[in-house]
Amino acid sequence: MITRDDVLHIANLAKIQLSDEEVEKFKDEFQSILDYFDILDEVEEEIEPTFTVIQLRNVFREDAPGECLSREEAMMNAKHVENGYFKGPKVVE
Amino acid sequence: MIGVAEWKERVESEKCYDLVSEMLERIERSRLNAYITVIENEALRKAEEYDKGELKGKLAGIPVAIKDNITTKGIRTTCASRILHDYVPPFDAHVVERLKAEGAIIIGKTNMDEFAMGTTTETSFFGVVRNPYDEDRVAGGSSGGSGAVVAGEEAVMSLGSDTGGSIRCPASFCGVYGLKPTYGLVSRYGLIPYANSLEQIGPMASSVEDLALLLEVIAGKDARDSTNAGRSFEFKGQTEKKFKIGVVKEMGGNDEVMGRFSEVLEMLNGLTDGEVVEVSMPSFRYALAAYYVIAMSEASSNLARYDGVRYGLASELDSWSRYFSKVRAEGFGEEVKRRIMLGSYALSAGYYGKYYLKALKVRTLVRRDFQKAFSQVDVLISPTMPSLPFRIGELADPLTMYKADVNTVAINLAGIPALSMPAGFVKGLPVGLQIMGDYFSENTILNFALMLEKRFSETGLIED
Repeated sequence: MITRDDVLHIANLAKIQLSDEEVEKFKDEFQSILDYFDILDEVEEEIEPTFTVIQLRNVFREDAPGECLSREEAMMNAKHVENGYFKGPKVVE
Repeated sequence: MIGVAEWKERVESEKCYDLVSEMLERIERSRLNAYITVIENEALRKAEEYDKGELKGKLAGIPVAIKDNITTKGIRTTCASRILHDYVPPFDAHVVERLKAEGAIIIGKTNMDEFAMGTTTETSFFGVVRNPYDEDRVAGGSSGGSGAVVAGEEAVMSLGSDTGGSIRCPASFCGVYGLKPTYGLVSRYGLIPYANSLEQIGPMASSVEDLALLLEVIAGKDARDSTNAGRSFEFKGQTEKKFKIGVVKEMGGNDEVMGRFSEVLEMLNGLTDGEVVEVSMPSFRYALAAYYVIAMSEASSNLARYDGVRYGLASELDSWSRYFSKVRAEGFGEEVKRRIMLGSYALSAGYYGKYYLKALKVRTLVRRDFQKAFSQVDVLISPTMPSLPFRIGELADPLTMYKADVNTVAINLAGIPALSMPAGFVKGLPVGLQIMGDYFSENTILNFALMLEKRFSETGLIED
């Protein structure tokens, strides 16, 4: 059973703040979706998983410098900028 | 609909500038809500260039629309999300570079489900796209805008992206052609990721010929996508070919859709240049669940980048945990939150083996089923969607919406190519036929579609 606490735990993992109504709504929805996913329990354990569908090998290139974004271009969408750097939230309270 | 051939004929006698102006006026008046951003001035400037003979290439002077999860330099690219509502990319996606190099006129960025998560374009922050055949119904999703613009003559062709049916569903619901290429044929560089291991950019158009032309332009080698197969695509007509056709037993639909599909089958059975057999794919029982587990898991990881620091919606800076949680709560819509959270859950300690790893095992089974089928047949067919276009608001429950993807998701799990083509109408609404092929057999499925397109028009079978 998915509980309110489960939803809050998942929301914290995903870093998404939820309102009380959202917690209630997601609790019921998650339950019915996860119940549907239980069909996967029937799949045999011995089968090899497929991580990638086309069989690519590592492709190497010369380690040569090339064009890249300018600092201005890289920063043009940031809202909090200081001295040409991205400014992030406090990591230590 | 206006195809490339008709457009080219018209620009011979009329000015490209006038035709593009006329199209922009039609977009302005339109009630479909198919565009998020219309690139009016630049489109007219390009049209002028064409009229002066300065625009060259395979798509010279052709208006092409681009789904708004494909990065366009200097043009707002939103993914139909509030969190990217003002994001202006500093670079072009590979496919956009290719369009520009071939002289295409990029006319606008099309509406879609938020981050391509949806089957109806109802999850868009910018509102639902309306179906060109019935404005009370959806155009399909997630590339709903890209389907509607082709049907509504608001572009000649468009690009969509397909993670679990997002090109084929709107192609089916809007009565147009749409192709999801083999995984790796088209570079994903500049496609804002949702589920990397499943998605491909692909063409949408009003005929098989135009679909093939646009695929030729966008396919090809690109070192910036590490999963790019390094192959190009050239369309080769195979007029004399006899096709061995498999009908997938496990892919069906409701009575309205199956009625139409049976008529198509009857026609195929009458063909002297084809043979129809039934094929069974037992792994499909698990495909939908496996698809959603993988897509949500990859989404939870991909969308971790939206932190309100480098781009997108921001807020007052606070402690990191509160700041991220607040920006993401305000920026993401409900379906995106749902998928990120379920993905986080599926990948969390204790559940990885139960959900994610099991889903990857299903992927092996689905691949095997397709490989076995393609050792016996050239193409597989099914209805694209199990029902006619939904009424707006009809799919209120998420799980019901997910189940609408039942015929399309297995293709992405395996990475094979598939297209949807118009197969007539029921109650005035379009029905799509899905055609699947083996890896890199785009030529085979396009030739089969070309043969059917001719038969349909000869027999009048697809008229409304």
